[in-house]
Amino acid sequence: MRRRLQNYGPPLLLIAPSVVLVGVFVYGLIAVNVNTSLTDRHSRAPADGYVGLDNYKALFSDEDFQHALGNLLMYTLAFLVGALFFGFLWAWLLERGARGEGVFRTIYLFPMAVSFIASGVVWRWLLNSAEGERASGINRLLESTGLGFLQNSWWSDENWGILALTLPAIWQLSGYVMALFLAGFRGVPEELREAARVDGVTEWQLYRHVIFPQLSPVALSAIIIVGHMSLKVFDLVMAIAGQTNYTTQVPATQMWIEFTRGDYALSAAIGTVLLLIVAVLIVPYLVYTYRQERNR
Amino acid sequence: MKIRGRTTRSRCIGAATVALVTAFGATACGSDGGSGTGEGEVEVFTWWAQGSEKEGLDALVGVFEEQHSDLKFVNGAVAGGAGSDAKNVLASRLQTNDPPGTFQAHAGAELTDYIEQGDIEPLTDAYAEEGWDQLFPESLLEQIEQEGEYYSVPSNIHRANVVWANPAALEEAGVDPNAEYADLDAWIADLEKIEEAGITPLSIGMDWTQVHLLETVLLADLGVEAYNGLWDGTTDWAGAEVTGALEHYETLLGFTNSDRQSLDWPDATQQVIDGTAAFNVMGDWAEAAFASQDKVFGEDYTTFPVPGTDGVFDFLADSFTLPVGAPNPDASRAWLDTVASAEGQQAFNAAKGSIPANLEADTSEFGEYQQTAIESFAQDPIVSSLAHGSAASVSWLTDITSSISQFGSGGDVASLQEDLAATAEAQLAD
Repeated sequence: MRRRLQNYGPPLLLIAPSVVLVGVFVYGLIAVNVNTSLTDRHSRAPADGYVGLDNYKALFSDEDFQHALGNLLMYTLAFLVGALFFGFLWAWLLERGARGEGVFRTIYLFPMAVSFIASGVVWRWLLNSAEGERASGINRLLESTGLGFLQNSWWSDENWGILALTLPAIWQLSGYVMALFLAGFRGVPEELREAARVDGVTEWQLYRHVIFPQLSPVALSAIIIVGHMSLKVFDLVMAIAGQTNYTTQVPATQMWIEFTRGDYALSAAIGTVLLLIVAVLIVPYLVYTYRQERNR
Repeated sequence: MKIRGRTTRSRCIGAATVALVTAFGATACGSDGGSGTGEGEVEVFTWWAQGSEKEGLDALVGVFEEQHSDLKFVNGAVAGGAGSDAKNVLASRLQTNDPPGTFQAHAGAELTDYIEQGDIEPLTDAYAEEGWDQLFPESLLEQIEQEGEYYSVPSNIHRANVVWANPAALEEAGVDPNAEYADLDAWIADLEKIEEAGITPLSIGMDWTQVHLLETVLLADLGVEAYNGLWDGTTDWAGAEVTGALEHYETLLGFTNSDRQSLDWPDATQQVIDGTAAFNVMGDWAEAAFASQDKVFGEDYTTFPVPGTDGVFDFLADSFTLPVGAPNPDASRAWLDTVASAEGQQAFNAAKGSIPANLEADTSEFGEYQQTAIESFAQDPIVSSLAHGSAASVSWLTDITSSISQFGSGGDVASLQEDLAATAEAQLAD
């Protein structure tokens, strides 16, 4: 008994504070949030009682929320494809031995150091929708380089406005994806390449059959990391388009609007839906990595 | 005031501080409210933290310290987010029973939520005891009365139904700068001419400025009585009159700058100052934007009531409340007394650029535009502004803003009216 205490005691004591803190402030508050979402607390006054899943039903039958979910889906797909494409491309170019790798690595990685709010302020100006004489930002650039026909209303576009917001997002996260892939490329042992070359493969075959397959865990990590950031998007929308702009509504901004007007039950329901959406992405990944580590 | 000084920059900084404020707001304010407000202190909670608003508050504090030298003013201002950050912080403080000595709120329907939750004390008795009910015009008192009680003391008045015009731009477009428009149709005819001349006829900004325009159009087409009826259910939102107004609104929106969603009100007003746009409909806080750039009233810019609303004063007012459980109610009452007083209103409004609600305040030093507002306020019927929280509750305004935003991004009048009618029905049923 005493030996067991000696074995387990100190580690338990060490992790206890974080277990308690995470338990209360993460899982405890998630429970409170879910609880609130099941009540009829539609004002700042205390709730009268429970209404079951009524808030969720109201939410999913609300056209504005459907619109926000649609926007979130479009944003996430475009953001993922864009960030993975550019990240992979840059990593590959650098891996192929482009000159000045250190400089490029820094340049590509640097945008990630900027907060979405700070870059959003700049992109708000770049993506200004004024055209012609009053154009500024990118529209101005297009106008002055004779590409005026490419000018468009960016995030104010009624159907595709949300896609304009993926430009800054891709710009910021591609460098990070590049760093991930670069590490992946470096992780492929030199012997494998040499063995393949001895066997007389072409350069393309070397990449296609030897190196790319070994990058799939990296790609998966990149998808998870970029994907969950994308699903939580809030700061970028707030900084560029503001909370009330219809074309760029996402669930997180709606949650903020409902919270600000005092509809706590509905904003808690939106928060829970967001958590579930992210969980759909994260939980399988956690299970997968857990199994991988156990198999080692 | 909700929107004064709401520049793009401050809005973005506001967004940046949102997370911080909400994360730490409760704890930070919990501590200074709980232990910081001692005997003889009154904590005044506002979102007046910069620009002319801050100057106005400072001037008011000067008068307060003169009138009540035994009391100490504690500034509880929360900056950022155009007041929405402050409101969220306030909500959490009220929930934890840690109210400030007094807090700022727009007079009128915006107070509904606080009243229903029992957060603020009725002030009707105080009005009678202190004689405040003699200071304000009858028509204003009617607008701020809720279910037979007064809940706040107005500190300043702004007018919302004002058109700002650039005479030089109008002349360039071949339109008479001194024209008087009887109704919106007459105005629209001139807007067409201006558009043909290649000048933006009407500048506008993001969603709330569009709601602001809508409110003045509704007032123009419906008239005082029917406009007031929108907020108590006697006017049918689905009716033909509202359809007509919404069609006018659609037409007017067609004359505006395409980048409206990217602009806040100072940017939109700046277009009139620069002459790239002919007209802008904005509340009279815009006066400060013209004045700060040394523009001369009557020469560089002119103003007139939105066509169809001549002889009506579309008002919004900041006001101060007495929270339930305020740490030091007598000190709070003293603050309210200064707010109501002629000296307090004069000092505050001269610095802030608004006009006094108190008719006894000395306004001889006020600017030329303000004199026109003072005159109209004293004699015209007064109606409540929608976009600025006087006419409808926060929740209702949020829904209307969302419908207007959707309409602005390519909606049609029929579905807009359907949305507005459904919202009104739900809100009035509550």
